[in-house]
Amino acid sequence: MKTQRRSVVPGKAPTGIVGFDDITDGGLPVGRTTLLVGGPGSGKTIFALQFLAHGARACKESGIFIAFEEHSERIVTNASSFGWNLPELRRKKLFFIDAQPLPDLVQSGDFDLSGMLAVLQAKATDMKVRRIVFDALDIVLALLPDAAAKRREIYRLHEWLLEHKLTGLITAKSGGDESSYSNYSTPQPFSLMQFMVDCAVVLNHHVVQGVSQRNLRVQKYRGSRFDEDESPFVIGTSGFEVAVTRDLDRADMPVSKERVSSGVGRLDTMLGGGYYRGASVLITGFSGTAKTTLSGAFSEAACQRGERTLFVSFDSDASEVVRNLSSVDIQLARYVKNGVLRMVSARTISGSAETYLVRIKTLAREHKARCLVIDPISTWSESGSFLTAHSVAERLIDWSKAQGITLVCTRLLGEMSSLAEGGSPLQISTVADTWIHLDYLVQAGERNRGLSIIKSRGTAHSNQVRELILSDTGVSLADTYTAGGEVLMGTLRWEKERAENSATDAAEVARKLKRVRLDVEEAELEMRGQSLQTELVAKRVEKALLASATESSERELTRGHTRIRELRGADAAKPSDKTAARTQGKRAPRSLAGASRP
Amino acid sequence: MSRSTPFKFRLYVAGDALNSALALANLTALCKTHLPGRHEIDVVDVFREPKVAMAAGVLMTPTLLKLSPSPARRIVGTLSQAQPFMRALGLPEAGPP
Repeated sequence: MKTQRRSVVPGKAPTGIVGFDDITDGGLPVGRTTLLVGGPGSGKTIFALQFLAHGARACKESGIFIAFEEHSERIVTNASSFGWNLPELRRKKLFFIDAQPLPDLVQSGDFDLSGMLAVLQAKATDMKVRRIVFDALDIVLALLPDAAAKRREIYRLHEWLLEHKLTGLITAKSGGDESSYSNYSTPQPFSLMQFMVDCAVVLNHHVVQGVSQRNLRVQKYRGSRFDEDESPFVIGTSGFEVAVTRDLDRADMPVSKERVSSGVGRLDTMLGGGYYRGASVLITGFSGTAKTTLSGAFSEAACQRGERTLFVSFDSDASEVVRNLSSVDIQLARYVKNGVLRMVSARTISGSAETYLVRIKTLAREHKARCLVIDPISTWSESGSFLTAHSVAERLIDWSKAQGITLVCTRLLGEMSSLAEGGSPLQISTVADTWIHLDYLVQAGERNRGLSIIKSRGTAHSNQVRELILSDTGVSLADTYTAGGEVLMGTLRWEKERAENSATDAAEVARKLKRVRLDVEEAELEMRGQSLQTELVAKRVEKALLASATESSERELTRGHTRIRELRGADAAKPSDKTAARTQGKRAPRSLAGASRP
Repeated sequence: MSRSTPFKFRLYVAGDALNSALALANLTALCKTHLPGRHEIDVVDVFREPKVAMAAGVLMTPTLLKLSPSPARRIVGTLSQAQPFMRALGLPEAGPP
C-alpha cells in the first residue's frame, strides 16, 4: 500500500531506508540536491550507498558514486554484509569513481571541478544515470585555497546537478554532534550548501552513558512535508533503519476479537477467555514472582496451537529458560526443536534500546512470529537509554499491533519496598492492553505468589487476587481466603481449607446426632403418651366403678331407712325432716352451753 | 639527471575555463624560463575527451602530469606558484626575482 502511495508522489526518489521514506513522505527530491551532514562514523557513506543500491535494485535507476575519502573497493567490501549485492550491481547499474586526493598530490594555485563534471557527464549520459552521490565532498573542498573558490565550486556542482536533472546526494563531515556542527569552525561553505540544497539531513551520533545513540533529522525539505523531529536510527544487518516515532496517517489495523490462551486455564477464565489476539500484555512483578513462568506458559500454549513464537530473554540463556520452565511442566524443548518456537537470548545483543527494537523486529520478521515474548522489557531502561526506552517500548507495542502479533512482555519491578507500580521510566503500563501484576505475600513465615489483573481493556475481568501455584505438574491458580481483612495464601490457605472441611464434617455429624436424639425423645414421648392414655382409661374405669358403687350403696341405705320406717310405721321420710332432725341434733349442745351460761 | 633529458607534460584543461587558461599560460612561461628547448606539452581538453581524463583519474582541472622523466608527478592548479612546481619537477628552486 505504501509503495503504491510512493509511486504516486511526484518527484520523490525512494531511498529504500526503512522509516526514512516515511519521514520524508517518499524519499529524496528527484532532480534536486540533498546534503547529508554528519560526524565521523555517523553512517553517511552507508546512507548514500543504500540510496544508490536501492535505486539500482528497486527503481532500475543507474547511479554513480564518487568517493572522495574512502577507496571505493573498501566501501564495497565494507557494505557486503548488508546483502545489497553491490558487486553484481557494479557490473551494470552502479559506477564507482575514486577521487581521493593522492598523498603525493602537488598543488599549485587554484583549480576547479569542471574536469570531474565533464567526466561525470560523459559517464552519466552513457549509463543513463539518475542518481549520483558525492561522498565526503568536504575533502576536495578543503584543497581549494579560499572561501570564494569553495563557494564557486559548490555553485558549479549544484548548477550542474540541476541542469542534468540528477538526484544528487552530497555528504559532508560535521564536527560530531549537531551543536558543534552549527558552530563549525569554517561554517561558510557548508552553511552555503545548506541554503542552496533542497533537502538537508543531519546525522547525529552521541554516546549516552556509554551506549551509542544515533539519530537523524531532516533539517529542511523544500516543497514537501516532513517529520522535523530527531528520529533514532540504527545500522542493522540490512543497512539503515530509521525509527518512525509518530505516524498519524497510519491506518488502524483491524482489531481482532479472537482470544488466545494465556496458557493458564483459570487465568483465561479470569480474563473472560484469554488475551485478545494482537493485544499487548504486560506482566509486572518483583524478581522471582514467576513472570518468566507465566510468559513461558503463554509460549507453550501458542506453540501448541502451532503459532510461530519468538521468545526473547534478556536475563537468561535460552537453554536455561527451557530447562527452568520444564520444572513446572512447561515443555518448550520440542517446539524449539521443530522450529515453531525461537528462543533468543538478548544478553548477546548490546546497545541502545533502539538497537534492541530493531533486532527484535528483524528477528520477529525472520521467524514470521505471531506471538512475541520479551522477558523482561525493563532491561531497556537500564542500558543507558533511559529516555528513549519508553518511546521504544511504545513503538514495539505499536509495531506488534500493526503486525497483529500478540505481545507478552514482563517488567521487573525494582525494589521490594517500592510498591509504586508506575515509578519506572518505562511507563508502558498505560499503553499495554492487559496488565497482570504478580506479587509476594509474606505471611506466617511463607512467601506466596499472588496474581491480580490490574487492567484488561475490553474485557470483563475478575477483580480477585488469586494465588499462583507452581508445581511440577504445571501452573495453576487457586482462590484465596480472606480472613479478618487479610488474604490467606499457601499453608494458611490450606489450613483454612482443611479447617473448613473438618468443620463441615463436624457439623454434619452433629446434625445426625441431634436427629437421632430427637428420634429417641420422640419415641419416648410417644410411649409416654400411650401409657398415660392407658392410665387415663384405667382411671376412668375406676371412677365409673366408684360412682356405681356409691349409688348402689346409697340406694341400699335409702331402702334400709324406708324399711325401718315401714317397720316402725312412720311417715315417709321427707328430706326437710332429716334436716330438721340434724339441726336439732346440732343445736342441742349449744342449748346446753346456753343453759349453763347464766 | 642530464640537462638534456626532455620533459614530457600533459595538461588536462576544462575547455577555455579561466583556471585552465591560466595554467597553460603559466606552464608555458615556466618551461620557457627553466626548461628551454627540452619540453613537450600535450593539452587534453576533458570536455572533449572525458574518457581519457577518467582513465587518467583526472577529476580536478587543471591537472598537470609530468610523464617523463620518471617518477611521474601530478600537479593540480593554475601553477601560479612556481615553487611547488619546481620542487615537484626536481628542479633547482629559483629564488624570488
